Amino acid sequence: MKDLRRQKVSFAATALGLGLLFAIVLAMGGIYRGLVEDATLLVDHMGADIWVVQRDTRGPFAERSTVPPGLEDRLRAQKGIASARSFSTATIQRIVGTRSLRMTVVGLSWPEDKGQALPLVAGRALRDPHREVVVDRSLGLVLGQILSLGDESFKVVGLTKGMLSSGGDGLVFATELDARAILNWQAPEARRVEREGRLARLGGTDLDSVSNQDRLRDERFIPPTLAPAPANAILVSLRPGASIDEVLRGLEAWPDVTAYTAQEQRDLLLKGVVEKSRKQIGLFRALLSIVSGIVVTLILYNMTVAKTHDIALLKLLGARSSVVVKLVLNQGLLLGALGYSFAILLAKFLFPLFPRRVMLGTAEYLGVGLLVLLLVTLASVAGIVRALRIPPTLILAG
Amino acid sequence: MEAVRAENLYKTYGHGATEVKALLGVSMVAHAGEVVALLGPSGSGKSTLLTGLGLLNPPEKGTIDLMGERVLEDGKAFGDLAALRRSRIGFVFQKSNLIPFLSAHENVRLILALNDQLGAETYTRSQELLEYLGVGNRSQHFPEELSGGEQQRVAIARALAPAPPLILADEPTAALDSTRGRAVMELFRKVAREQGTAVVVVTHDHRTLDIFDTVYEMEDGVLSRAEQTA
Ligand SMILES: Nc1ncnc2c1ncn2[C@@H]1O[C@H](COP(=O)(O)OP(=O)(O)OP(=O)(O)O)[C@@H](O)[C@H]1O
Ligand SMILES: [Mg+2]
Repeated sequence: MKDLRRQKVSFAATALGLGLLFAIVLAMGGIYRGLVEDATLLVDHMGADIWVVQRDTRGPFAERSTVPPGLEDRLRAQKGIASARSFSTATIQRIVGTRSLRMTVVGLSWPEDKGQALPLVAGRALRDPHREVVVDRSLGLVLGQILSLGDESFKVVGLTKGMLSSGGDGLVFATELDARAILNWQAPEARRVEREGRLARLGGTDLDSVSNQDRLRDERFIPPTLAPAPANAILVSLRPGASIDEVLRGLEAWPDVTAYTAQEQRDLLLKGVVEKSRKQIGLFRALLSIVSGIVVTLILYNMTVAKTHDIALLKLLGARSSVVVKLVLNQGLLLGALGYSFAILLAKFLFPLFPRRVMLGTAEYLGVGLLVLLLVTLASVAGIVRALRIPPTLILAG
Repeated sequence: MEAVRAENLYKTYGHGATEVKALLGVSMVAHAGEVVALLGPSGSGKSTLLTGLGLLNPPEKGTIDLMGERVLEDGKAFGDLAALRRSRIGFVFQKSNLIPFLSAHENVRLILALNDQLGAETYTRSQELLEYLGVGNRSQHFPEELSGGEQQRVAIARALAPAPPLILADEPTAALDSTRGRAVMELFRKVAREQGTAVVVVTHDHRTLDIFDTVYEMEDGVLSRAEQTA
């Protein structure tokens, strides 16, 4: 009926509290979606039709995969395949300045992919095949900054927004060769030890000769019997009109690789890499919804109990049951609406500060909105049952 | 015109060892324009009778007619009691009469709203009633900002708002000093005379009995007409 003027402050405070609760439910939904989005972002961005990885692995994201050198060329020779490019990625953690920075290095296949399709917010795509990187701004690096990775220094030439790995680490885009150099870099001492090892191994073979030994001692010499640093996967694009099933069937016969469609690769990430976090968040969200339901019910029930006298008076004066029902329902809906508004406000201003992406679309807002509506309506029922049981003669007893 | 007629009312509370017979064959009449007093010691059943007449607490035996129309017979209701309450009966009680978070004006308008009167004329009607009862200048105040006497005047204004044929008041002056109490009782008489309403008032105050047209006395659930003192 009339309003809640007197309890304005406590009502608002209650709504604010509920708003916080709803905001967390909202955040959980957003984090869930953000997780899925982050996980599949790179797969989507690379835009390959087929991902060819090491035989029987679920690489290159879910697990480590290395593919034999020359695989690109073998693939390019296949019918229906327009292009094949090598792809390397791995997450590294390095000290930059005083900060320990976790970043996921991604190789772009120069020269077709210079990063021009990346969502740049500052700077430019790669222009030089070496010593340039485009990094995600979440890493906190600035344009022109020099990153020392391994023996080389890389200049930050572009900043992207929202390019994160499935682990939530900022992406660093370099050319494929640079990426492999970064990822496979070894300290000089490690290389010295490796050379010693090669010499020792050479000693056990009939390749051993003074000249070979000399050559192996040379730091710049890479013996032809040793493979160059391997890529993690080969990205295949099909010719227009080519049948993906046919190409996949052809690749099935290859003994050294396994091929996935882009969708299969996404599923590997969702079912493998982020599966547990996803389930955990989903579960937490369900639990939180139940808790919200209980809290809302208790609040509305108590608000109704606090109005016992007024409700009894209304009934005594001959108010219809519908008036009493509306009174309780309105208070519930108002509380829900206020709480939800607070939640949206919080979402707008607070969530961007979260360390991981909170992705909220219409579906999330609508979903939580409906949930709130459902909760307050159900909770109001408890209040309504109570209100209808209040005897009007209660007024006379007081 | 008989505003209310009660015949042979019986009301028993509880059962077994805790059984209390509150009304034992009570009959009474209140006419339009008449002020009726209900006297009697504590626990004699005055409130029980009043809430019976008010259709809040129907007696299990006997009949109640409102404006010549049968509304209760042996505990059985004829029509919607809540609807009868909001349109035919005005209530005034000792205290906690008003909704605390509504202004005096809104408290009066509330009963009109309950009767589905929502138009602009309800504003004027409420204001007129408050002025009629001498609290027109208090219409925007909340109950807690009003004195006890003013609160009762607002309550009477509310009781009058739907122009009911019957007003029931249970010890409306118990919380007031004798001067203010008497003033309120005189208001009831004024209302009865000028609006043609029957007013039944439960009271303990023998000094105001001269105001009433009829005085009933209740004793252990039995009602009898008392000698007129005025
Ligand atoms: N809800 C109830 N349950 C059980 N017994 C009740 C109830 N209401 C009243 N009674 C009993 O019925 C009898 C009459 O009560 P009632 O309230 O009508 O008396 P009263 O004349 O109004 O008294 P008072 O002057 O104290 O207000 C009392 O013995 C009382 O204890
Ligand atoms: Mg009483």
